[in-house]
Amino acid sequence: MRDPNNHEHHSNPFVAWVNGESKAKPEEEKKLTPTKEKRAAKSADVSVHHDRFHKAYKPLAVILCCAFIALLIFVCVKTPPFGVTDAPTNNEVAQKYIEEGLEDTGATNIVAGMILDYRAFDTLGESSVLFTAVMAVIILLKKDGDKKKEMTERQKKEEALQQHEEELNDRHRDVILKKTAGIVAPFIMMFGIYVVLNGHISPGGGFSGGAIIGAGLILISQAFGSKRTKKFFNFKVFTIITSGALLSYAALKTYSFYTGSHHMETGVPHGIPGAILSSGFILPLNIFVGLIVACTMFGFYSLFSKGEI
Amino acid sequence: MKMVDGQMILVWILLGFLITCAIAATVTKNLLVTVLIFMSYSVVMSVIWIVLESPDLAGTEAAVGAGVTSILFFIVLKKVGALDTSKKKKHKDDSKESDKNARSE
Repeated sequence: MRDPNNHEHHSNPFVAWVNGESKAKPEEEKKLTPTKEKRAAKSADVSVHHDRFHKAYKPLAVILCCAFIALLIFVCVKTPPFGVTDAPTNNEVAQKYIEEGLEDTGATNIVAGMILDYRAFDTLGESSVLFTAVMAVIILLKKDGDKKKEMTERQKKEEALQQHEEELNDRHRDVILKKTAGIVAPFIMMFGIYVVLNGHISPGGGFSGGAIIGAGLILISQAFGSKRTKKFFNFKVFTIITSGALLSYAALKTYSFYTGSHHMETGVPHGIPGAILSSGFILPLNIFVGLIVACTMFGFYSLFSKGEI
Repeated sequence: MKMVDGQMILVWILLGFLITCAIAATVTKNLLVTVLIFMSYSVVMSVIWIVLESPDLAGTEAAVGAGVTSILFFIVLKKVGALDTSKKKKHKDDSKESDKNARSE
C-alpha cells in the first residue's frame, strides 16, 4: 500500500488523502504555512459561526414547531364542526351516494359501494400501489436461491448461522405462544374471511379483512415456524395469487373503466340486506383486494425476517 | 352526531392518552419501548374509531397499526441488534451460539 501512495503523493495529494493516507495532511499544512495565520483566523470565524448555529438550533427548532402547531390548530378551529349539515363536504355528491347508492351498486354498506363501484378505479390504483411495494421489497430483500455456488465464505457462514438459529428457535419455541396461537389463529382467519366476504353488507371489506388474514398468517408463521406455512404458501403461490388477483380485478372492471358506466349487468340481485350474493361484482372485487392485501402483509413479514417467502 | 356525555368524556380521555403516547414515543431512548408505545397508540386509535362509528377503520387500524407494522419494526430491531433481551436469552440457551456470535462480531 505504501509504494503507490508515495507515488501519488507528489502527483495528487487530494487522491492520497481520499485513499486514507495519513501523510497527506501534514504536507498540506507545510505548504500552507505562510497563510497559516489567515487560515487560523478563518477557522476561528467558522467555529464561531458553528457555535452560533448550535446555540440557535434548539430555540429555532422549538419556535418552528410551535409555529407549525399553531398553524395546524388555527386550521382545525376554522374547519366546520363534526357532523354539521351545511359543511362544504355535504354536497350533491354525498347526497347522490347516500340516496342512490343502494339502488346503483346494490351494496348495503355504502362505503363498499363507493370504493368498489363508483370509485373502483381508485381502488385499482391502491391495489397496484401495494403490488408495486411488494415487488420493490422482493427486488431489495429476496435472497437469490440459484447463486449458492458463487457465495463467498462469509455469506456461507452467515447462512449456516441463520439456519442454526432457526433450528434453535424451532426447538425452543415458546409453549404459551404455540398453545395460544393454536386456539386463536383459526378464529382470526375465520373472522378475516368473514369480513372479506361480508364487505358489501356489513362494515369492513377487502382491505380490513385482508389485513386481518395477513396478521393471522404472520401469527401462524411465528408460532409454528416457517416450514408449516411454506407447505401451503410458497413463492410460486404468492406470485400467482397477487398477480392473478390484480389482473382479475382489472378484467372485471375494464368494461366500466372504458364506458364510464357504473357496472355491468350481472344478473345478481341488488341490495338484499344480509344476503351474500346481492351486489354484482362487489363480492369478487372484495375477495381480490383481500387476497392482494393478505399476500402483501405476509410477504412483507417473511421478506423482512428471512429474505424469502 | 349525537353523543352521550359519558361517551364524550371517554373520547377526551382517549385523546389525552393519544397525545401522551405521541410525546412519549419521541422522548423515550429505548427503541423497543418506543415500538410498544407506538403499538398502544394504534390500539387507542382503533378504540376511538369505534366510538366515532367507523368499525371498518377500527379493524384495519388494529390489524395494520398494532399488528403488522409493529411486527415489522420488531424484525428490523432484531436485525440491527437493538433488542438486548433476545441476546441475553440466547446466552442462556446455548453457549455455543453465543460463542459463534462473539466470533462473527
